[in-house]
Amino acid sequence: MLDVENISVFRGERLVLDGVGLALDAGDALLLTGPNGAGKSTLLRVLAGLRKPEGGHVLWAGIDALADRTAHAARVAYLGHQDALKAGLTLRENLLLAARAAGSDPDEAMAALDLSGLSDLPARMLSAGQKRRAALARVMLARAPLWLLDEPSLGLDSRAIGLLEGLFRTHRDTGGIVIATTHVPLPLAHPKSLILPDLNDAARDGARASLDDVT
Amino acid sequence: MSLQIPALVLAVVGRDLRLAVRHGADTLGAVLFFVLAGALFPLALGPSPDLLRRMAPGIVWVCALLAALLPLDRLFGSELEDGSLDQLMLTGLPPSLVALAKMAAHWLTTGLPLLFAAGPLAIMLGLPAPVLPVLLTGLLLGTLVLSLIGGMAASVVLGARRGGVLLPLLVLPLATPALIFGAAALDAAQTGLSWQPDLELLGAFLAAALPLCPLAAGAGLRAAVE
Repeated sequence: MLDVENISVFRGERLVLDGVGLALDAGDALLLTGPNGAGKSTLLRVLAGLRKPEGGHVLWAGIDALADRTAHAARVAYLGHQDALKAGLTLRENLLLAARAAGSDPDEAMAALDLSGLSDLPARMLSAGQKRRAALARVMLARAPLWLLDEPSLGLDSRAIGLLEGLFRTHRDTGGIVIATTHVPLPLAHPKSLILPDLNDAARDGARASLDDVT
Repeated sequence: MSLQIPALVLAVVGRDLRLAVRHGADTLGAVLFFVLAGALFPLALGPSPDLLRRMAPGIVWVCALLAALLPLDRLFGSELEDGSLDQLMLTGLPPSLVALAKMAAHWLTTGLPLLFAAGPLAIMLGLPAPVLPVLLTGLLLGTLVLSLIGGMAASVVLGARRGGVLLPLLVLPLATPALIFGAAALDAAQTGLSWQPDLELLGAFLAAALPLCPLAAGAGLRAAVE
């Protein structure tokens, strides 16, 4: 379903991704790990179509996904480092645009992440974990097959991690793909794993990104 | 999908308007600046009605131009800082339409209030009442042009260091034609000459900016999220 071939990305004059490849089918999950600065977030942004790689291809069902990045946006739900919530808007209003774009129901997503009671609170009143849950609700609202999550469990308590586990399972059972960067264990069953090396060290060792099963 | 695009553009505009209402003080800032800056001229130039009437077109236009600049660096800057720009780029709208929606929101929250404030300011400066429709028509076209050019410049300097300083340097030269035609139309109307050609040129300027500025701004937004 998702085939990534030979992705290379420069940031300034520094090579952050060198020949990264991966292949995922419907229902798969991939954990991206690696030291700080290894390019995990950059790879997610490439897969989301936010950034053009200097080399390589992203194929979705055999079609070059980055050729039409606006069309690719419909396949992607992206959760960045930041929660992208407007402090002045209520939680519900913050989710409204994503809901409108995908024709989904914000109340349903808020209920799934245990946020229903907070829907009319301005986002500035929410705690860090609640904001993260709100951002995850937006991922759910997008109704996209490809979830790209940058440290999704950041700030979540154990109860919210439990909710996240349910979300992941439902998404994968319906044929969705999850790609997540993380430094802590995530509640994903049988994930594939991709360890990105820090290329500043890798230049010495000749190491490359390696894809293997850690089931 | 294509039917959905206008609804999505409106949703982005609606979100910005809601934000503008929540942050009312920021929104009113540009209009208050416009009125205050205009009110300084009689104090500095002296209370001669003839002089003020003569200078009123220029004063109103320059103040409107500067006031429209004020909210520009936050137009996309706040979206970039909190990650919302990524999400806007992923709503399924082409970047140029995201930019157009933000420009429309800028006009509704800055240009439109300036139109309402321009009448009283012009009367205070002694502009004769029959000339007011020419002023307001000119400003209607002019503020639209300013939102388009301003939005384009704001997206181009997005992510640059000292973008706030760069912004007026980019916008002011590009907006000069609007200023010239707008103020010239008022001058002509005051002296009894034909003011239509100036406004028509202003309209032509708007017609050129309307497709070009969102396209350029869309490219700027794409570059900014990379």
